[in-house]
Amino acid sequence: MKLLTHNLLSSHVPGLRPGGGFPLRIELGRPSELPPEPLPNYEADEEFLRRLHHVLLEVEVLEGSLQCPDSGRRFPISKGVPNMLLTEDEA
Amino acid sequence: SSRVVEIQSQMSERAVELLGLPEDRPCLLLDVGCGSGLSGDYISEEGHYWIGMDISPAMLDVAVEREVEGDLLLADVGHGIPFRPGMFDGCISISAVQWLCNADKKSHSPPKRLYRFFSTLYTALARGSRAVLQLYPENSEQLELITSQAMRAGFTGGMVVDYPNSAKAKKFFLCLFVGTSGTLPKGLGTECANEELHQAKFTNERTRFRNVKGKSVKKSRDWILEKKERRRRQGKEVRPDTKYTGRKRRPHF
Repeated sequence: MKLLTHNLLSSHVPGLRPGGGFPLRIELGRPSELPPEPLPNYEADEEFLRRLHHVLLEVEVLEGSLQCPDSGRRFPISKGVPNMLLTEDEA
Repeated sequence: SSRVVEIQSQMSERAVELLGLPEDRPCLLLDVGCGSGLSGDYISEEGHYWIGMDISPAMLDVAVEREVEGDLLLADVGHGIPFRPGMFDGCISISAVQWLCNADKKSHSPPKRLYRFFSTLYTALARGSRAVLQLYPENSEQLELITSQAMRAGFTGGMVVDYPNSAKAKKFFLCLFVGTSGTLPKGLGTECANEELHQAKFTNERTRFRNVKGKSVKKSRDWILEKKERRRRQGKEVRPDTKYTGRKRRPHF
């Protein structure tokens, strides 16, 4: 799963608050090559853009889980594929 | 088998064509029922990005092994599309949506699952984008169920039928628009002049009841005149037609 996909994912369990279920917390070590906040002129900063592209589209989460910030429910990730299947009670 | 692969590939190509994507930039598409990634491969070839969802772990394993470009999710689309609003520039689905009509005793009713799928898909798509869903409807009731839930969810659009006269080549593409009422693309292999026959437009307008068999409504003046003519041809004795034929009588009659 690329980090770009993670940016788009939200929990689809019914009953969350509006706008809830996002962002899902990735549980594993995070790459720390990016500065914590974007710099003022980031569009022009070629080096930053290169590192951003790498992190968004070239780094894949292979094993771990995604945790819903509202309910704490975890979606496991195996071989790069998140398992978003819900139980009958949840759906 | 290679023939099946070829058909899937052609349908993927047609579905992407029906999306009407802008030609100058790459787009992000959702592939519902992506399976082993055959349709996804075509999307990648066209220079677009995609995220696929499928309920079969075995099929997704194959996709992972084939190292497809798109990201994959193990999910049941009848539970909903787990994305933030407006994330996708389009959605395609090849031979998958009809499975939502299966009544599995463990799950919710098919209409409920269909509605959950369509309503969350509607949310996940950007304004002005489309969903093109190729499917094999079992019968007209199933088709009606699917399209009615799509309309309830807010989509406009309709069915595009390619090669309607060929039992073998006939393909159904449900083309759904988000936010705009675009003009429905034309089906392939439609040579006849009246192409409205091959498309069913879905709007919220109330339409007056029309007799689809081409006969007059029973008991109307036209019907009476036709019946009298028929009986004359049979050689029976029939009163002449006058201005009083089929005229509305006073209520007490």
